[in-house]
Amino acid sequence: MLRIVFHRLLQTIVVVFVLVSFTFVAVRLVPGNPFVSDKALPEHLQESVYKSFGLNGTWGEQYVIWWRNVLTKGDFGPSTSLFGRSVNEIITQSFPTSLLLGLVAMTIALLIGIPSGVLAALRKNSMIDYGSMIFAMAGICIPGFVLGPLLQLWVARHSNFFNVAGWESPADILLPAITLGVGVAAYVARLTRGGMLDILSQDFIRTARAKGVPTFTILRRHALRPALLPTVTFLGPAFAAIITGSFVVETIFMVPGMGQHFVTAVTSQDYFLLQAIVLFYGLLIGGANFLVDVAQAAMNPRLRDAN
Amino acid sequence: MRIAKALPTLLFALLIGSCDNRSSVEQANEEGIFVVGNSNEPKGLDPHLVSGVLESNIIGALFEGLAVQDPIKDGDALPGAATSWSANEDFTVWTFKLQPEGKWSDGVPVTAHDFVFSYQRLLHPELPAKYSEMLYFIKGAEDYNKGKNPDPNSIGARAIDDHTLEITLRGPIPFLPEITKHYTWYPVPRHKVLEFGEIATPFTDWTDPGNMVSNGPFQLKSWRLTHHIEVERNPYYWDAKTVSLNGIRFLPIGNPYTESRMFLDGQLHMTYTLPPEMIPYAQEHIPNMLRQEAYVGVRFIRCNTLRKPLDSPLVRRALAIAIDQASLIDNVLQGGQLPATGITPPFGDYKPPAVVTYNPEEARQLLAKAGFPDGKGFPELKLLTNDKDSARRNAEAFQAMWKDNLNINVRIEQREWTTYLELQYTSDYDLADNGWIGDYLDPTTFLEMWSEGNGNNNTNWSSKEYEAKLHLAENTADPAERLRILAEGESILLKDIPVIPIFWYTTNYLLRPEVKGWSPLLLNNHPLKFVRLEATAEQP
Repeated sequence: MLRIVFHRLLQTIVVVFVLVSFTFVAVRLVPGNPFVSDKALPEHLQESVYKSFGLNGTWGEQYVIWWRNVLTKGDFGPSTSLFGRSVNEIITQSFPTSLLLGLVAMTIALLIGIPSGVLAALRKNSMIDYGSMIFAMAGICIPGFVLGPLLQLWVARHSNFFNVAGWESPADILLPAITLGVGVAAYVARLTRGGMLDILSQDFIRTARAKGVPTFTILRRHALRPALLPTVTFLGPAFAAIITGSFVVETIFMVPGMGQHFVTAVTSQDYFLLQAIVLFYGLLIGGANFLVDVAQAAMNPRLRDAN
Repeated sequence: MRIAKALPTLLFALLIGSCDNRSSVEQANEEGIFVVGNSNEPKGLDPHLVSGVLESNIIGALFEGLAVQDPIKDGDALPGAATSWSANEDFTVWTFKLQPEGKWSDGVPVTAHDFVFSYQRLLHPELPAKYSEMLYFIKGAEDYNKGKNPDPNSIGARAIDDHTLEITLRGPIPFLPEITKHYTWYPVPRHKVLEFGEIATPFTDWTDPGNMVSNGPFQLKSWRLTHHIEVERNPYYWDAKTVSLNGIRFLPIGNPYTESRMFLDGQLHMTYTLPPEMIPYAQEHIPNMLRQEAYVGVRFIRCNTLRKPLDSPLVRRALAIAIDQASLIDNVLQGGQLPATGITPPFGDYKPPAVVTYNPEEARQLLAKAGFPDGKGFPELKLLTNDKDSARRNAEAFQAMWKDNLNINVRIEQREWTTYLELQYTSDYDLADNGWIGDYLDPTTFLEMWSEGNGNNNTNWSSKEYEAKLHLAENTADPAERLRILAEGESILLKDIPVIPIFWYTTNYLLRPEVKGWSPLLLNNHPLKFVRLEATAEQP
């Protein structure tokens, strides 16, 4: 087990390092520069701007300085698009929001996805099965930029409880979380159904049934845990994606999260912010996958013993 | 199990947090807070470092220039940080008497030294200010800014005493008070700027909440990234009795559709914009809240005059008059814009030369004369535009009109914002769709940029004759004569047509009826101290 942990950790570090290095070069290769705006900056000032952000050295120097600051001081540098803001400040202000939204969306996804997957498997080829699978298909197919505005128009506009957008009252979290969560719920439902069908046809379940164990107990004690393995594998990357991929939802619902910064950092060529977010997300996705591996080992005795 | 326990608490919190039946604006009305959509997160709030409209909206609430825009009448200046002003006979030396009671929001008096400091800062050769050109009207400003003269005291701005500011200009400007309404002319608090850095240290923390002080009707209260900026009344403001609002909340709503929906749901008093598709809906359902107002801005297409065949004025003119501006406005833009017959939009006493009008027949003849009868042999040109959907729609309309009227092919090149700008600055384009908003009500705000070496020209076109007219106007004190000379200059520009005018802007937005003291203004520079919220029965 320890060997696996160590191995995984090393892999994650290498991947993130390569990822950040690639981003470092790629963002500098894009035509344009971070300080270009619709008003021309006089030529004699270009240099002083580059200097004030420490961007006047060679790429190699900038690269070394950036890593040194990150590793020794935890300093990700200044934002070049939001004047006077440090990248650390932007991330610490926005990440908790994205995390909270992600957690609620994930909870919604699991609360909808797992029960409907289990029900669909238990009532295979019934109306419940077809119904929940149609719902799942729709959830996968309808993108956030369609579902979000529909919820705004159909739900928020007709109720006092929900605002169309904003991040003021606790209720404001629900619509964006549903928008984010429905797609994941759909995958979870399909994976759970598949896993469940597989397990329900196994000998040990038949044995349990033959011994007269009630269906619910079979589900709870014997079937659910192995049936959820594929779902758990999916959850790690899905959770990371929910947090990182919420740009559309964040813009539609005006959520002050990190997804917005990820995209605007690219479009405004905010070198330091982009490098930091890529590093951060890289670690997050690596971490999520790592946790999934551990969870799988915990849930599957065969895997655990093999290690 | 823990989740199960936490669930009722969460639900209770949801209920408590959301049980207020009043909409957000109803609450805001009671609190006297004006809630406005402001497009995006501002890049910053240092008046010397930003250059965008959305930043200027907030800065306009926080700071005050020597003169203040009249709430109703364009071009009229009311006393601001200055109580009165006078000029010498030829309008080259101006004296501003400052408010004796003028104070920063921390109680420190606003003095003429703050103004001199501000001008020296904006013009400092090391401060990366994009807008330093706005101060080039001042004698010696350009030389100091470009490092030709290292002495900051060579700039023609002098504090005669604490409350008297004397400005010496490089030429006669009868409308200087009009220019001082622009935020580049606002004072910045010397004591705060120097507390957080040197005069030319950019991007320091002096604009953070808690640090920032300002001299306008409002002061910065709170700022949460991509969430809101709120300003509250400045207790030390000299004219605090006129200020009716208790505060203004600026929301960075990047998605204009979300913004409209929030407005309709009662979350905003005013939107920043209104997407063209929503205009017919607003006209039908909430005509009393739809505002469509003239705005001094022009949409145009830059031609790279170094590239063949765009080096030929015949070709450029053919392209210009083959665009059916009225059809574009009616069918694509739908915002009541005006077809641009020249670069400078009509305002005040300026009569812009009407040179560009749709004429496909003449366009075909010009193209034939340039050696491309019926578009034969005309190379495929690229039309550079930004990545917005609206830009794509406009570009497709131009593409179709040129194909139909001239039988030529134009390929649309959409690029991300920074790349799009960089390609223009480096002249790496054929045709580029762009726009320009006026900074003050004078034609020079649209004409200066086409002179040689101006960073915003980017067409590689220049004309000695044109610049001679601008120079002559700069040294003409008689206002009517000056405008006449500028119109002649614009005629020269339009004859050569390095830039194709398309339409003159309007602003389209939604405004709730309880907002009073808000009248259409050409520069959209509404003085917020006159805005009031009054209860009304009308609802969207």
